[in-house]
Amino acid sequence: MNDILQGLSAAFWLVVSLDAELIDISLRSLRVTLTALFISCIIAVPLGAYLAVQRFRYRRFVIAGINALMGLPPVVVGLVVYLLLSRSGPFGVLGLLFTPTAMIIAQVIIITPLIASIAHQAIRELWAEYHDLLISLNTTKWQRIKTLIWDGRRNLLTAALAGFGRAIGEVGAIMIVGGNIDNVTRVLTTAIALETGKGDFALALGLGFVLIGLSMIVSVTIHSLSRTEREGRW
Amino acid sequence: MTQMLPLALTDVTVRRRGKRIIGPVTHRLEQGPPTIVIGPNGSGKTTLLRVMHGIERINAGQVAWTHDAPDQQAFVFQSPIVLRRSVAENLAYPLRLAGVDKVEITSRVTTWLARIGLGAFANTAATRLSGGERQKLAIARALIRTPQVLFLDEPCANLDGHTTREIEALLSETATAGTRLIMATHNMGQARRLAGDVIFMLNGKIHECGAVDYIMNTPQTPELKAFLQGDIVT
Repeated sequence: MNDILQGLSAAFWLVVSLDAELIDISLRSLRVTLTALFISCIIAVPLGAYLAVQRFRYRRFVIAGINALMGLPPVVVGLVVYLLLSRSGPFGVLGLLFTPTAMIIAQVIIITPLIASIAHQAIRELWAEYHDLLISLNTTKWQRIKTLIWDGRRNLLTAALAGFGRAIGEVGAIMIVGGNIDNVTRVLTTAIALETGKGDFALALGLGFVLIGLSMIVSVTIHSLSRTEREGRW
Repeated sequence: MTQMLPLALTDVTVRRRGKRIIGPVTHRLEQGPPTIVIGPNGSGKTTLLRVMHGIERINAGQVAWTHDAPDQQAFVFQSPIVLRRSVAENLAYPLRLAGVDKVEITSRVTTWLARIGLGAFANTAATRLSGGERQKLAIARALIRTPQVLFLDEPCANLDGHTTREIEALLSETATAGTRLIMATHNMGQARRLAGDVIFMLNGKIHECGAVDYIMNTPQTPELKAFLQGDIVT
């Protein structure tokens, strides 16, 4: 209990004093996570919609595969990305290991199946509702996908927020590919892991509370901007 | 504009899971006053309309339009399908698909909103409308591209008398303006008011067809006679 109170106190002072390192780490966390989220959404949302409207051989197998990848162990992802980006790996020449870009790549791999799976579920339900109308209007496949993504945007937002939540709290993979280098790849989660290892529980908890606060602020902001709770008007 | 009609159905059969839904059906639809499809539940009215519209796969036979133009026909479903958008956006949707310019879209949407009495709800989410309002919106959306042929599957089912009268007035105006209506209904009064000719479906086949007065006043088969008297026909 004492540690938690000290953590709350540490979090309070870190925020109130506008601690330069905290701001730097927080902004890096946000930058890495939001970039990964953006890239993932660009891949996952059209993929989910395509799987909902298009019938093809092995479709069920692909959907089952994506669902299975939702539970991909981040440490394994980190290890694979590490091997791919290391000097002896196929992409070693790019020199991306231990950079924020490597962390973004790992996060994209982790959250894309999650977003694609939730997006597919949401769009499949909407497609069942719209099917006859869109067929009747003689729409092209691309028009159907565009319509379903636009009209299902509120549910897709939930998919994106789930991806954001997973990415911002991710530590295993980005620790491996980022290396937790001060002022370069250190983010809130890896900083928490570091402080816990050093035995500074108060600071670790403080950073933890900042992480939770940041996550909540982003979620509320996205909800507010997209007016998810105002169904009466568009 | 090239005339789509006549429409010729030749020995059309539809089966689902090995069970015959309709067929063999042979019929020819000419340009003219509204055709009303009547018959007991499960007789194949909806399937017949869907086959004509081209949204139901046929297992045998042929459906041949004189000039096939999918964008010149529209379908109104028994349960109105509204897009999760505003009322105005629902009306604009088919026009956008057709690549109509923005000024023309605004003009036509405004006209139709006034015509169906939903001007005050232009920016309201269509999902918030009542059943009758939704059906009026669905009909207006189907008519906004001025189709040559309009299919309606029991558009007034479960609606009150006032809304039914409004929809019938709208349909009469539409028919007078030259759109060919083909409508399924259970309401014999409505059939008498709107029909030019009637198709009586029974067990997936066209049992009788002809001009409305002839069908209603001199039924040739005991099944149609029983149906018109309100008896249960199987």
